[in-house]
Amino acid sequence: MSEVQDYNSSLSDAAQSRKYETFSYLPKLSDESIRAQIQYIVDKGWNPGIEHTEPENAISNYWYMWKLPMFGETNVDTILAEVDACHKAHPDNHVRLLGFDNFAQSAGTAMVIYRGTSV
Amino acid sequence: MAKKYDAGVKEYRETYWMPDYTPKDTDLLACFKITPQEGVPREEVAAAVAAESSTGTWTTVWTDLLTDLDYYKGRAYAIEDVPGDDTCFYAFVAYPIDLFEEGSVVNVLTSLVGNVFGFKALRALRLEDIRFPIAYVLTCNGPPQGIQVERDILNKYGRPLLGCTIKPKLGLSAKNYGRACYEGLRGGLDFTKDDENVNSQPFMRWRHRFDFVMEAIHKAEAETGERKGHYLNVTAPTADEMMRRAEYAKEIGAPIIMHDYLTGGLSANTQLAQWCQNNGMLLHIHRAMHAVLDRNPHHGIHFRVLTKVLRLSGGDHLHSGTVVGKLEGDRDATLGWIDTMRDSYIKEDRSRGLFFDQDWGSMPGVIPVASGGIHVWHMPALVSIFGDDSCLQFGGGTLGHPWGNAAGAAANRVAVECCVEARNQGRELEKEGKDILTAAAKHSPELSAAMDTWKEIKFEFDTVDKIDVAHK
Repeated sequence: MSEVQDYNSSLSDAAQSRKYETFSYLPKLSDESIRAQIQYIVDKGWNPGIEHTEPENAISNYWYMWKLPMFGETNVDTILAEVDACHKAHPDNHVRLLGFDNFAQSAGTAMVIYRGTSV
Repeated sequence: MAKKYDAGVKEYRETYWMPDYTPKDTDLLACFKITPQEGVPREEVAAAVAAESSTGTWTTVWTDLLTDLDYYKGRAYAIEDVPGDDTCFYAFVAYPIDLFEEGSVVNVLTSLVGNVFGFKALRALRLEDIRFPIAYVLTCNGPPQGIQVERDILNKYGRPLLGCTIKPKLGLSAKNYGRACYEGLRGGLDFTKDDENVNSQPFMRWRHRFDFVMEAIHKAEAETGERKGHYLNVTAPTADEMMRRAEYAKEIGAPIIMHDYLTGGLSANTQLAQWCQNNGMLLHIHRAMHAVLDRNPHHGIHFRVLTKVLRLSGGDHLHSGTVVGKLEGDRDATLGWIDTMRDSYIKEDRSRGLFFDQDWGSMPGVIPVASGGIHVWHMPALVSIFGDDSCLQFGGGTLGHPWGNAAGAAANRVAVECCVEARNQGRELEKEGKDILTAAAKHSPELSAAMDTWKEIKFEFDTVDKIDVAHK
């Protein structure tokens, strides 16, 4: 049995401790996996949407919409290009990708693609 | 043409066996598995069940003639063999909707599983399924919030929710209990949970527990930036006391409370569910006592019926069994009743034990909760079986981690996220589960330690209550 390890998480260490959305407990997704996740959103028939926020306001339900949800968009490159454009315009912000399921009237998934500097 | 009064005992089948009857869309339909006493014809027993669960009694009475019994009576309209079991048969009974008070599953059950279950002509009786007509469904309040609203309240999308029941079940002080919750929540769980028998005992009165647990939630939320909850169990000796605890939970900002719907009772549950809907609270439902009712294949009430009853009475979560853990649950049958919890229209499917089409209309769904003897090695199968709209609840599988609750929680969170990532990439979780977990453990010492701790544990007893299929 391995020796007991401390669980490293605290109010003061934001970069280590703050988590946002699905996959936030995994290492940063590889480019290949991000493409696969976008393809999953497309295959589900969901509408991709991009949102961003200053890290200090991340608890709000309403992050800033980047343009409008990309209704009917199925091209992974196009979707990825918009995620990158949002990140370039707001390099210090968290940028998340959602898949809107209009039948469930809810997001089908949400994941942070770029993390800003957490506070 | 008016009938004449003819006192005495008539055979039930003269009145209640109607094989040519076509059920109406508004009828409530029931499927019973009947084990008759020897020598009693099937039609007579089926008619007796229809009679005793609706308008009939053992003898003709003059007041029968003051009403239109042909309108109000239950009708046994079909009989079928039970595959693989000659001791019993299925009887299908149609009840006119006017027999039941609107919005009252209490009233429905009082008729359908009332006196008839003690009837002497039967050796055993089991209520296998009920088709609630949409006209009746719409009179019920249903789940307080439903699956989508819960996701929006908690901001959790695209993965199963994670919970943990705090152990030991009994005996912790409120402050120590809050510590156990805090550790689990800061490690990455969405919920912690009161065990069902944690109510308000001398070692930990409810109000102290609520206060300490709320501090745990608030701190874990600030620390992780994620929304958290704890199922505060408001099950109480009286409905008044239950409501007092619920009101206090709301006052201190708890997002979710909990009730035991069978031991607490369906009237109390329905009252609480309506209050939750009006007060924006989520309601987690535990099912203590269900196995007393649903485990015997020949007698009692099948869990798929108890599932429908809960969806009508109201609850946002309901324990469903795990298929893979320490508690009873056949896989196909479990898939049948978790669809019954979540979907808006479920087709008849005998291979999953579903005897009727069931239309829920716009009634919200219930999140199935998989809980009982599960740990990280079960995660690939759980994600595959239950999908995203579920709550996977690891008690010992969180708290039993060699480094404590936070590490145990993190191990489960990493495990669920790596399984969801892999599933979304098109990988087959139940085949590749070991590789997926092993790869994720390289980046997570917590997961690695959990995998070392539990690798040998399996639960491979045969299921007692199986779907009826021919085995001869």
